[in-house]
Amino acid sequence: MRTFRIGGLHPHDNKEFSAHKAITDVALPTQAVVPLAQHIGAPTKPVVAKGDKVLVGQVIAEAGGFMSANVHAPVSGTVAKVDSIVDSYGLPMPAIIIDVEGDEWLPEIDRTDNIISTIKAEPKEIIGKIQAAGIVGLGGACFPTHVKLSPPPGNKAECLIINAVECEPFLTCDHQLMLEHGEEIIIGIDIICKALGIDKAYIGIEGNKPDAIAKFEELVKKAVNHVEVVPLKLRYPQGGEKQLIDAVIRRQVPSGALPIATGAVVQNVATVYAVYQAVQKNRPLVDRVMTVTGPSVSNPGNYRVRFGTSLNDVIAAAGGVPEDTGKIICGGPMMGRAMANTNMPAHKRTSGILLLPESMSTRREPENCMRCGKCVDVCPMGLEPYLLSKMGDMRMWDEMEQHNVMDCIECGCCLYTCPSNRPLLDYIRMGKATVGGILRARAAAAKAAAEAAKAEEKK
Amino acid sequence: MNNLIVSPAPHVHTSNTVTKTMLNVIIALLPALVVAVIYFGMGALIVTGISVVSCVLFEYLINKFLLKKACTIGDLSAVVTGLLLAFNLPANLPWWIIVIGALVAIGIGKMTFGGLGNNPFNPALVGRVFLLISFPVQMTTWPVPQGFATKYIDAVTAATPLSAFNEGATEMPSYLDLLLGHVGGSFGEVSALALIIGGIYLLARKVITWHIPVSIILTVAVFSCILWLCDNTYMDPLTHLLAGGLMLGAIFMATDYATSPMTHMGQIIYGVLIGIIVVVIRTWGAYPEGMSFAILIMNAVTPLLNHYCRPRRFGENPKK
Amino acid sequence: MNTIVISLITLGVLGCLLAVILYLVAQKFKVYEDPRIDLVEAVLPGANCGGCGFPGCRGMAEACVKASSLDSLLCPVGGAATMGQIGEILGMAAAAGDPMVAVVRCNGTCGNRPKTTTYDGARSCQIIHNLYGGETGCMYGCLGCGDCVSVCKFDAIHMNPETGLPEVDEEKCVACGACAKTCPKKVIEIRKKGLKDKRVFVSCINKDKGGVAKKACAAACIGCGKCQKACKFEAITVANNVAYIDYEKCKACGMCVAECPTGAIHATEPVMAVVEKINAKKAAEAAAAKAAAETTQA
Repeated sequence: MRTFRIGGLHPHDNKEFSAHKAITDVALPTQAVVPLAQHIGAPTKPVVAKGDKVLVGQVIAEAGGFMSANVHAPVSGTVAKVDSIVDSYGLPMPAIIIDVEGDEWLPEIDRTDNIISTIKAEPKEIIGKIQAAGIVGLGGACFPTHVKLSPPPGNKAECLIINAVECEPFLTCDHQLMLEHGEEIIIGIDIICKALGIDKAYIGIEGNKPDAIAKFEELVKKAVNHVEVVPLKLRYPQGGEKQLIDAVIRRQVPSGALPIATGAVVQNVATVYAVYQAVQKNRPLVDRVMTVTGPSVSNPGNYRVRFGTSLNDVIAAAGGVPEDTGKIICGGPMMGRAMANTNMPAHKRTSGILLLPESMSTRREPENCMRCGKCVDVCPMGLEPYLLSKMGDMRMWDEMEQHNVMDCIECGCCLYTCPSNRPLLDYIRMGKATVGGILRARAAAAKAAAEAAKAEEKK
Repeated sequence: MNNLIVSPAPHVHTSNTVTKTMLNVIIALLPALVVAVIYFGMGALIVTGISVVSCVLFEYLINKFLLKKACTIGDLSAVVTGLLLAFNLPANLPWWIIVIGALVAIGIGKMTFGGLGNNPFNPALVGRVFLLISFPVQMTTWPVPQGFATKYIDAVTAATPLSAFNEGATEMPSYLDLLLGHVGGSFGEVSALALIIGGIYLLARKVITWHIPVSIILTVAVFSCILWLCDNTYMDPLTHLLAGGLMLGAIFMATDYATSPMTHMGQIIYGVLIGIIVVVIRTWGAYPEGMSFAILIMNAVTPLLNHYCRPRRFGENPKK
Repeated sequence: MNTIVISLITLGVLGCLLAVILYLVAQKFKVYEDPRIDLVEAVLPGANCGGCGFPGCRGMAEACVKASSLDSLLCPVGGAATMGQIGEILGMAAAAGDPMVAVVRCNGTCGNRPKTTTYDGARSCQIIHNLYGGETGCMYGCLGCGDCVSVCKFDAIHMNPETGLPEVDEEKCVACGACAKTCPKKVIEIRKKGLKDKRVFVSCINKDKGGVAKKACAAACIGCGKCQKACKFEAITVANNVAYIDYEKCKACGMCVAECPTGAIHATEPVMAVVEKINAKKAAEAAAAKAAAETTQA
């Protein structure tokens, strides 16, 4: 089996808690809080006001530009207010609050389970539909999908890679989605291939999901395009876009370039399912499947949650917060974010809720770095985490830039593997944020200088 | 429920720790210690005991009274230093010399630079070389291996194979004796077999990688083979590999984390250069054995190797 | 004897030759430097703190020599005295700067601001700031990890373990601004030291609505505007639910301090003495009013 070529490790995957648990719906909330920014890029502009009646699937906030995604009403009811709430990280977050009344959908949305396999839409139309449906990468980054499907000039897509790796420990929602909605996903792949004008696709699945591999080996025969299932060796962070491209087609994205430079377009399997829903059934992105799990959660499983539902309700559906909980994480344990409370609504970015008991929540006391080099060995980007973290601690931003801190994908391998428990990634992440700011400032200054020079010339 | 804990990702962590790593090194050194006790009797145990206890004690005292930092003897690195220092000493060395060696190893070699991980030179070797230069007579008077009959004090002494060869002896111990350790010398380095067993354990537990030991051993083999083929009055390659501190050095001393390069490329260069220096010192140098010096010289080069041998970055030279 | 003579001669000749070469090289590669740069640098404190905005004291000295006027240049450490000396050297008039000092605009002590979460990671304010709002319910206040302490080159700011907040040592603080620049929450401000150390400032920057702010921290500014009304010098503005005192206009009369319902406005000792008098007067007036009311009732 294949895997990527540099670094990586294999943490215990702990998927047994929620694996093979059928996807169940979480009850509608009485009030839905829909955040306006659920994606990377420009924030959205609300188009409803207090007192407006909305139906499920109706656009309530419009994209603020090309790099942005519409937000749709996930519930039907009356808009209570457009306000700023405090999210689970203690930061302000603008949101539309809707009082739920019944569950009425827009009439054009097909809510049946009928599988529609003929793709009528033309490529332009497909991308338009995806954009209108507010679809973003559901793997975690929430990059607007229509942007990814419109390669910048000079680049041409050659193949599509479906990310069904799910290398994060504990999470099983993509696995379960593949088992329950395989046919739809295959059609979704055909739709994206048509939109990109290509006929070659790969599905990368890690070897810990043999049933999904077997199922898809069968299903790909039905696909219009040439789709190949690629079983991958268990290795974190294989679900990273760059690592996945390297693992599947043996091409490395050049430093600083976009993944499209290798001719590959990567889409998460949940995104592909959402694309199917949007194009074939006119159903915008109003819910997603997420894993609620943890060693002491009484009813761990995979849940389909409408956006805007409070995470408290989602956790309650899984049996509530266990007594011994020390940390609640939004996402997986390697890259997820620890939350300060659970008073936040579920949104496009919530791929899972992980409740860790107190015994697993604290870090061990850091010791001296003994320069064992294990962080260098596991870094999938070929960086030197021990050095970068020291530079971050000493605020040596220029040196960090020279040592390619911007290449870091924040996968957490270095911190995971350090026998001295040093907070390597904490400092690297800080350095990356600071260096990023410096680079942006420099680019802005250069742009301003160029414009000033131009203006001068005109005079 | 208490306040939730918030920390940056990742939220899971390996079970490996510094203490576990050091414990593995100690376990890997045990076969060599057993062989030493079989051949050199209680003397080996006494020297090991004094060395380990004084290393730990010095680290404790320096932490407590000089640096006023948290106590670090729990990570067992001082025990490893003590063991490695002892393994490089004759089994009949007077106790006060061992204590001085431990003081230099821990005090100068390690704690001056800030403790574990910050030392530029292997502390055990710093201690050993200091003793070798300061007490040349005591440090080169090796007891004859006589099992438990070997006395700690006033033992019958003999030369090591390497020093004998250096002085022009023609009769060398058999390869089997060299492999098992039935020869004179520092008591931890005599048995190549026991050290190789320890090395295999370290490799299996992923404490070390193969790069440093294999590159040292291969270089010594190839270089000495060339010399021996040109002129067979030079020592033969197999004796080079089995005699002296080569195995102990290649497996346990050169692979010391803090003083060896970070990347595999750097580690291979480091190993090759150690191998060359060892053979050069053994063949043309004044000292019969050069492992300690070779490693210390290359320790000094390690920062340079770290600077020039960068890991291969992802997407640096993308192969289409 | 011969050997000595030969060696003397050869070494002597060699020495002379090298001296000539060195001299020639030194002449060839000489870089002209304004001698006044050295003079100015000698006057500067030599701490290389960067508070002036130049890379170290040498950079400041070069900038001073190059500049056509000293108005926009200030060494915050040496202050007006040093700038005066530099002005003398360069024959220019130096702008007289007011002495400044760093103040911590947060009073979220452990008692005032209960923790709602526990942070477990590298001890750095910047890292917490990038991660989330902070350990308490207030997302504006001090994070308490001491980034300001680690950047201070003058040992003038220290964490108080009882309050969990940094405290500025006025004697040592030179107002270089390193702490204010580093603080990710922008809690630290460089303010005028004030006449006889009289300073009044709002020790809170919480922009939340009054109720939310008060819930997170007992000493929060709730933006009620009482201080604004009490101020006779129009020094106080309330914007985004938080009051701010303009130190250029403030006369340190202490009226606002007495008025503040949450104790968010801080004053130094000399002002506090005045405030106590105001409070005592108020209490007396209140008692008198009460007594008067009682008598009329009776």
